[in-house]
Amino acid sequence: MKPFDYVRPATVAEAVAAAAQPGATYLAAGTNLLDLMKGGVSRPDLLVDVTHLKGLDRIEPLADGGLRIGALVRNADLAHDEDFARSYPAVAEALLSGASAQLRNAATVGGNLLQRTRCAYFYDTASRCNKREAGSGCDARDGENRTHAVLGWSESCIATHPSDFCVPLVALDAIVEIEGRKGRREIALDGLHRLPADTPERDSALEPGDLIVAVRLPPAARGFAAHARYLKVRERTSYAFAVVSAAAALQIENGRIKEARLALGGVAAKPWRARGAEDVLKGAAPDAAVFQQAAQRALTEAKPSGDNAFKIELARRIVARALTLAAAGTPARMPALPASPFASTSGAIHA
Amino acid sequence: MNHSISLTVNGARRDFVLDDPRVTLLDLLRERLHLTGTKKGCDRGQCGACTILVGGKRINSCLALAISHDGADILTIEGVARGDQLHPVQAAFIAHDGFQCGFCTPGQIMSAIGMMREGQAGDDPERIRECMSGNLCRCGAYAGIVDAVLEAQAGASETNRRRSA
Amino acid sequence: MPELSLTSAPAHLRHGSNIGQPLTRRDGILKVKGQATYAADNHPAGMLFAVMAVSSIARGRVTSLDVDAAKRHPGVVDVMTPDRRPQLAIDPEIKTNPFVFRIEVLQSDEVRYANQPIAVVIAVTLEAATEGAALLAPRYETLSARVGLDAGDSFVPPVVGVGNPAENHRGDVEAGLASAEKRIEATYETPPQYHNAMEPHAIVAVWDGDSLSIDMPTQGLMLSVARIAELFGIAPDKIRIRSPFLGGGFGSKGLMAGPPVLGIMAAKLVGKPVKLVLRREQMYGPVGHRAPTRQRLRMGTDGEGRLTALDHHARTVSSTFDDFYEPAADASHTLYASPAIRTSHDAVRVDTGTPLFMRAPGEATGSIALESAIDEMAWACGIDPLAFRLKNYAEVEPITGKPFSSKALRACYEQGAARFGWARRSLQPRQMRDDAGLLVGWGIGTATFPALMFQAEARAAIRRDGSGAMEIGAHDMGQGAWTALAQIAADGLGLDIDRVAFKAGTSDLPDAGIAGGSAHTATAGAAIHSAGAAVIAKLADLATNDERSPLFGAGNAGVIARDGRLFRRDDESRGESYAEILARAGLAEVEARGTGAPNPAAMEEYAMHAHGAVFAEVKVDPELGQIRVTRMVGAFAAGRIVNPHLVKSQLFGGMIWGMSFALHEEAITDRRSGRIMNANLGEYHIPVNADVPPLDVITVEEHDPHVNALGIKGVGEIGITGSAGAVANAVWHATGVRVRRFPIKIEELLT
Repeated sequence: MKPFDYVRPATVAEAVAAAAQPGATYLAAGTNLLDLMKGGVSRPDLLVDVTHLKGLDRIEPLADGGLRIGALVRNADLAHDEDFARSYPAVAEALLSGASAQLRNAATVGGNLLQRTRCAYFYDTASRCNKREAGSGCDARDGENRTHAVLGWSESCIATHPSDFCVPLVALDAIVEIEGRKGRREIALDGLHRLPADTPERDSALEPGDLIVAVRLPPAARGFAAHARYLKVRERTSYAFAVVSAAAALQIENGRIKEARLALGGVAAKPWRARGAEDVLKGAAPDAAVFQQAAQRALTEAKPSGDNAFKIELARRIVARALTLAAAGTPARMPALPASPFASTSGAIHA
Repeated sequence: MNHSISLTVNGARRDFVLDDPRVTLLDLLRERLHLTGTKKGCDRGQCGACTILVGGKRINSCLALAISHDGADILTIEGVARGDQLHPVQAAFIAHDGFQCGFCTPGQIMSAIGMMREGQAGDDPERIRECMSGNLCRCGAYAGIVDAVLEAQAGASETNRRRSA
Repeated sequence: MPELSLTSAPAHLRHGSNIGQPLTRRDGILKVKGQATYAADNHPAGMLFAVMAVSSIARGRVTSLDVDAAKRHPGVVDVMTPDRRPQLAIDPEIKTNPFVFRIEVLQSDEVRYANQPIAVVIAVTLEAATEGAALLAPRYETLSARVGLDAGDSFVPPVVGVGNPAENHRGDVEAGLASAEKRIEATYETPPQYHNAMEPHAIVAVWDGDSLSIDMPTQGLMLSVARIAELFGIAPDKIRIRSPFLGGGFGSKGLMAGPPVLGIMAAKLVGKPVKLVLRREQMYGPVGHRAPTRQRLRMGTDGEGRLTALDHHARTVSSTFDDFYEPAADASHTLYASPAIRTSHDAVRVDTGTPLFMRAPGEATGSIALESAIDEMAWACGIDPLAFRLKNYAEVEPITGKPFSSKALRACYEQGAARFGWARRSLQPRQMRDDAGLLVGWGIGTATFPALMFQAEARAAIRRDGSGAMEIGAHDMGQGAWTALAQIAADGLGLDIDRVAFKAGTSDLPDAGIAGGSAHTATAGAAIHSAGAAVIAKLADLATNDERSPLFGAGNAGVIARDGRLFRRDDESRGESYAEILARAGLAEVEARGTGAPNPAAMEEYAMHAHGAVFAEVKVDPELGQIRVTRMVGAFAAGRIVNPHLVKSQLFGGMIWGMSFALHEEAITDRRSGRIMNANLGEYHIPVNADVPPLDVITVEEHDPHVNALGIKGVGEIGITGSAGAVANAVWHATGVRVRRFPIKIEELLT
């Protein structure tokens, strides 16, 4: 690890000023940053430790019915907050399906939003990677890429965003509160992560010094609590990144879908909101046919970036399944294996 | 640049000057405090061998910078037993053969203790498997680990029941 | 003093007070308290940290290293490169015996695989050494990497595994196939796999003049001593290795690899103690792996479903500079009766670290292909796969025609099937579902592993206070040597286990041979048993020749050793304690040595194998393709079980490895660079706790008078064989999709 200077600012303003310097980066729990630094992927000159900043670790209900989650709230604390899990069950399920209990205890909400891709060529500093080193090329494009993006990728980058948490958040129109050199501003989470186009080195819309201070769920997000699921296909039963995942949230009234929210994970450089599919669902009766239609719609723009055509079909199926599960209703208790297709395997076997 | 930090490690306060901000909690424990019970299996948060409790919560000490944890209260495997009296989780690991080579064992035990404190798993073996999945065991002692945790959980519940009765 | 033959005329009788007992691990308390000392836990005074820089190319040479940049980094003490390193006494490329591998210890600037060590940075802190290694920023002259099973011209290796012929046959395979009623032909692929013991390879080396003290995990203390002695030109008795606990080995700590040698060189260079620990990603290269294979199986059956021919060909790889060939096709030698069997191997050379034995080398890779093919053949015949296996049950070893020394496989099938409930299985695939709509499949695999013996020696003593000592340089890599061998020692000495000082794990003790081939308990156990018998015989001699002893004159009748006393065999009312015998003789102790070794006559006469039957249940999401193993039952017959508690754990572990082989493990190599793209534990998947279902192990009683004096066959590896195939066959039965490339991936099941 490259030597670095370390500062522990007392206020957000001090933090922003420190982190705006070239070579500076924020340190929260460090569960992703330290991994990147140990691999030589990230070599900052200055770590601005924000973990001691006051007031960023609260979960606050807002007067308008929304919820504000401080950027330093730990993933596990959020997932296990009873009110939160009851109101936003798909988000809690996504959180609990990510990483391991140890990592969830450490990792922060803000850090989770800003975690970097797991693309092996990004991690391998001997490979060419436009995200790691602008303009160097992309060795993933013709490399081992069965897990890479099928939506929103470009010739310069086919990496995916690995977060589970962000997928239902994007579906629920989460808003990110940012403190920057020019003061506070907010953007939709859907606008935080960038598709690669020609500048994959920029993961997000953040400017130097920008500090995510909170994530906000708008009042409407609560309205999906009865019909919200996160489903994640992975290559181990636990402790594995998604091959593909989906968050589905429905409001069902009088046998019709009043509102639908749908987002996909593991398919693009950002959590992928499927608005077209939501339009298909809105107003329809929640049945298998419309879920299939929505699944088709969600992937209409998908194309393989390598040996990953299967992910398109898998994504369609996971969308249909997530919608089916959501329509069936949020389970009363968190499944023993959150977000797993094996959430309920205690059943008897028959021929 | 030197940084003075203080930690409480297994109940004892330790003040020292950190001459290098790159030192992780894991390397601090192992190479500077010579508490080598905590193991390094991957150094990247992917195996759980380095699991310790910080503020009562289990984390991967390999991904935690020591300097950022100034003031933290740390429990490692060395602080779990009371002299010759093993913690119930330790005793259960022996009884159920929850290990073979033993290298992942300190991390497994710290993780199990952390999990029990989290109160999320209860007596559901499936939940225990899920909640212990951050600790890899290459020897494949998982069956014994789950049985050990179940026994320790049952003992803890029994103790709580008696206390409240 | 009479010569002893352990099987015909024991001077004492073993009574099983220790052997066979389910004792918990005697090292358990140390391990659960974090007090078991693994190599990297040592920290001698003045110790420096060494970190390797490794190559990012797979083939070519290093043209420059920025040594100055590394040396400028605060804390860096020295940088070891091909230009600056201690001289070795012999060329590390010379193979002085078959158990020596060619290693890279900075003898040149050549790069022959990715992650090869190219320099070592030594510093006062781990942080400084680590960054120093990064600052070397090597430049290379790069040649194109040769990757994969078709990387070049194939050849037939001289031997496969450890000294097995590359080709074998019995009968006429082509005629057998031609005459067959039904035939199948199928090709299976298995990927490169890495041992990934939880403990990374590590060494702490301390030179004192020309004496060398080493802390290092090793499965072969004496092999390591011999290799270090020849490399550094010092006498073996100047070297002391401590290896009390290995954090897993699985074969990768069997032979001296390059990195620990570099640690010793670094200590010599700087004149201080040095610790060198591999980073996880550095374990994907210089410390061995399981080579990939492509296996073609052809089989034919007659109208009754009996095999008429079995042809098993395996393609594998070795490195460009050394030879180890995964003996995959040899799995077809022992399991199924067929009038015609042919096995053959060929190989190509690729730019990789040299492959090595990894838990069940050949047996694991070959077994998953053979068991899959047997299932395909059974399906082609329309016969239940268990019934098919029974129909083709081998009463003698098929490839040699020799009788088995013992074989309780039929009982394994019966007991395993009963426990699993196999009879309720549908013959057709994709017929079974659970309440949640998940596809359910049941599969079977037959397990087999040879009962091997190596060479070992042990030293036993009986002391004046009536206690005993047993010393052997045995290795505990998790299998439980500290416990199981102590149990054998206690019985061998006629003492309670707590009255025996059992010493193991250092190189100054008698040679226990290599801990591998599932043969350590048998080999070291035989030496211990023999040493115990020898020391009891000495003690008996003292008593029976002394007219003051109640045992005087009992020499012909013989004596029994039990609970620290000798008794007359024909009159147990006459006896005296060990302490009394030694006190009267005025001796502080008596000692004796014993050896364990294979019995060539028995090996000539018999085929010796452990067997088992594994039954697996998987569930598969019908649309999403995700797989989960939900149940496994393994029934194994492996001779005498020294400690059922530990044996169960070993078999569980093997079964999990089998599941991992079928569903998880794979090193992914970039076809262009030859670099492994998942050289970590996040993306190289080994099973996590949630992957492992409730497991059930049955040990089937088996007495084998031929394998060794104790009748032990070994259980370290057999659990993988059978299990991998059982899981793969269960996936087929669940889905109707026969996947022939492992690990089975989601996309294969998106039908």
